Amino acid sequence: MDYPILSTVIFLPVVGALIILLMQRSNEGLIKWSALTFSIINFILSIPLFTSFNKTTAAMQFTEKYKWIPGWNINYALGVDGISVLFVLLSTLLTVLCVSVSWKSVKQKTKEFFAALLLIEGSMIGVFCSVDLFLFYIFWEAMLIPMYLLIGVWGGPNRIYAAIKFFLFTLVGSVLMLIGIIVLYFNTGKSFDILQMMVTNYPFNLQLILFWAFFAAFAVKVPMFPVHTWLPDAHTEAPTAGSVILAGVLIKMGAYGFLRFSMPILPEATKAMAPAMMVLSVIGIIYGAVICLGQTDLKRLIAYSSVSHMGFVTLGIFALNIQGLQGGILQMLNHGIVTGALFLCIGMIYDRTHTRQIADYGGAATIFPVYAAIFMVFTLASIGLPSTNGFVGEFLIILGGFTASKTVGTISALGIIIGAGYMLWLYQRVFFMEVNPKIQGHNDIDLREILTLVPLIILVFWIGVYPNTFLSFMDVSVQHLIERLNSAGQQNVAQHIIEVIQ
Amino acid sequence: MSASDITALLPIITPAIASVLVMMVIAFRRNHALTAALTTGGLVIASSMLLVMLPLLPRQVTPLIFVDRYAFFFMGLFFAASFFVVLLSYGYFAARPGRHDEFYVLLLIATFGSAVLAASSHFVSFFLGLELLGISLYSMIAYQRTDRYGNEAGIKYLVLAATSSAFLLFGMALVYAQLGTMQFTRIAVEAAALSVSSSLPLLAGFALIIVGIGFKLALVPFHMWSPDVYEGAPAPVSAFIATVSKGAVFVLLLRYFSLVDIHRFPAIVTVFTIIAIASMLIGNLLALAQNNIKRILAYSSIAHLGYVLVAFIAGGPAAITAASYYLAAYFVTILGAFGIISVLSSAGSGGRDADALDEYRGMAWHRPWLAGMLTLVLFSLAGIPLTAGFMGKFLVISAGAGSTLWLLLVVVAVSSSIGLYYYLRIITVLYTRVPAQVPEKRETPAAGPRLSLSGGTALVVLAVLLIWLGVFPSPLLRLIKATAEHLIY
Repeated sequence: MDYPILSTVIFLPVVGALIILLMQRSNEGLIKWSALTFSIINFILSIPLFTSFNKTTAAMQFTEKYKWIPGWNINYALGVDGISVLFVLLSTLLTVLCVSVSWKSVKQKTKEFFAALLLIEGSMIGVFCSVDLFLFYIFWEAMLIPMYLLIGVWGGPNRIYAAIKFFLFTLVGSVLMLIGIIVLYFNTGKSFDILQMMVTNYPFNLQLILFWAFFAAFAVKVPMFPVHTWLPDAHTEAPTAGSVILAGVLIKMGAYGFLRFSMPILPEATKAMAPAMMVLSVIGIIYGAVICLGQTDLKRLIAYSSVSHMGFVTLGIFALNIQGLQGGILQMLNHGIVTGALFLCIGMIYDRTHTRQIADYGGAATIFPVYAAIFMVFTLASIGLPSTNGFVGEFLIILGGFTASKTVGTISALGIIIGAGYMLWLYQRVFFMEVNPKIQGHNDIDLREILTLVPLIILVFWIGVYPNTFLSFMDVSVQHLIERLNSAGQQNVAQHIIEVIQ
Repeated sequence: MSASDITALLPIITPAIASVLVMMVIAFRRNHALTAALTTGGLVIASSMLLVMLPLLPRQVTPLIFVDRYAFFFMGLFFAASFFVVLLSYGYFAARPGRHDEFYVLLLIATFGSAVLAASSHFVSFFLGLELLGISLYSMIAYQRTDRYGNEAGIKYLVLAATSSAFLLFGMALVYAQLGTMQFTRIAVEAAALSVSSSLPLLAGFALIIVGIGFKLALVPFHMWSPDVYEGAPAPVSAFIATVSKGAVFVLLLRYFSLVDIHRFPAIVTVFTIIAIASMLIGNLLALAQNNIKRILAYSSIAHLGYVLVAFIAGGPAAITAASYYLAAYFVTILGAFGIISVLSSAGSGGRDADALDEYRGMAWHRPWLAGMLTLVLFSLAGIPLTAGFMGKFLVISAGAGSTLWLLLVVVAVSSSIGLYYYLRIITVLYTRVPAQVPEKRETPAAGPRLSLSGGTALVVLAVLLIWLGVFPSPLLRLIKATAEHLIY
């Protein structure tokens, strides 16, 4: 691989967005097709990451490094390891699907919409690939702007409130993180190099403060229990593509942040704070699930289910053992696939009926038979039925949770039961029972929409039946992470890790 | 005074000569384009004189003026800012009735004052520079004589600036009475020799000077005038106040208190800390309730000066770099902001500037480029990455973190989050979907005037600079390192 594959994958969509912005507004066909072309090319370009990834090392791969601001020792440094590589692929895949699902549903300002979508793609891939903390922060923030516009311009009736809430919540967290980053910089001998930070031992008190500074940014993104309130609003108001990106990738960044920064850079603080994080996660699991039972809006229900599912993810991560971590990462992927798919489905039916109220539906299985079947697949995957991807992830997480604490494991298992409850009940109310006259007379989903969902269906079963394809990517990296956690504070082992990395 | 003394003063003298020249040309031939061209020419020559002066630095010319690389950097910055103000003013005034030529004379004199301030090393030159700047500004603010708001703003600025000058003079007198000198370097030496306990009158003098400077910089609690003045003044003049006028005073503050090491006087550090915290919080909080863009920018400017003060309090070379970069970035940003307002106000909608938030509703859909530029400017003010404002904020926070000013940093974090809200409000207004069935209302300025050539060029250059400074800060950082940082010696 000689050409800079990561830079290409990051900046091709940005170039695409600029080209689209320069096009004639009236030429909608050209705009849509070029958006689709750019996203598909980008997906194809990202496939080498999957096929030629070296699974036997925890070191960064496909690295690129150029000096950017030498005076501050800031580099343009990119690289992926087993933890991040799959998310790059998820991002490129979901963008293609988002372009496809927005084909007909976005009717005004088409040009700006697709440009914003591609800009988001570029910046979120940048977040997963950055190995320089400064660069990471730039991408992290840059992504907010097109996302804000996506919600605020193309969203539902209450979009402005939702967009501002989303932006404020995330930015308040980010500013604290920025201060944390700068403090880290000074304590790492004036360097933003993440790899160097991973082998530096910081004093415990400093670690604690930094942990909470980073927590502010990551917990908002995940979102963890007390700071989750922006998510339902943002999800509900966002256009379908926005919801898919939010659920599929954007909220993964919080959990990714914990994995990439909090744990390896601040291992002692992470260990000290893990019980608190687990408690917050369990609260999130149960609270999100219970709230779901009372929702009357389809999108809002799925949004709250995200809170619950992401609770599982953080639980797995902070269980601090191999099963938990692997389950957490896999569940991030699963949640991106399944919840992304559910939002796609809801968007498709909303395009026809223009209502998201559960009460307006009923008997949809008679009217949309194909759609009902596909929706069933994702519902079951969301519940975690064996042989779907949800099962593997949740199983590993609960295994990890039990290892860490029996109580936590037990309570979180309860969350799965409630989860089955609200999802099946939702399915029953929407698809079974008598046909609601409000939804009569609509067509079933067409070929474009089925094609949009097929890749996700394949992934659901692929991960469900043979998860090893994906787990094998993260094996070494996760083991390396655990090693770093356990060796925290021990100089000689840290030295050993330096050698491994170099 | 030797020939090389004169050469070293050339950048300061040139704007003064240019102003006389322009005045004489006006006496013979009134032509707006010619006057504006002469003014730009004067500023360009003044900037090139900087290079002529460079080999002679640093040099003390008379006890009043000390030209060093620090002065070099900021004079260049002020000339550049004035240059953009001229470009914006030309389009702005060309669309309005009346005679506009004298405006440029005043602008040149004000620039002259700012250059004096940048190189001032003595209370006398400090005061002279300040008054040159201030007195020209009174008339510039009220330049549109038929505009009620402009006159109100002019008078308000006159009264408050005069009051603050009185404070300043009294403070200088106290310092002089205590130390027997008005030269900054001597003050620094004498103040260092003085034991802290016997320095009460000196502290009182410093405090009064801080009050005077606080007025000029519109720091809380001396900020009351600024929203009214920003609102009433013509948009290019507001740009000038926000950039050159405030910048020149801040540059002097930085020079003065870097020489007289403020960290020797805990009381002064405390005062500055309180002022900085109050400015950041109150500036941003008051902006929340505004519906007028110029007023919002005025309040945001109060908060931004608070951020720069954080760097100032941190002290040391990192702080000077941070403050210099922040000022440069802020200049570019705020010139862009007022530039957009002046461009939109060019075809007089009854003489009023386009400053009501409602006038910007849905602008993104019929004037996408201008709205995009305004979005960029607002993100820069909010400190979002890839804009100049982010780099400035980053440097300020690192200067603060380097000096472990945790309280101030937390306030920076909190207040910039508050600030974000009103910037977002404007952006939201810009991108509001205007119902398509209503035929476009032509009376909104957004749909009105075409860009003037000078205004359009200025905006394009500023937009490029805004992103350039945000993505490739290295060149400017190197320049600052080579010039402004030489203040510490």
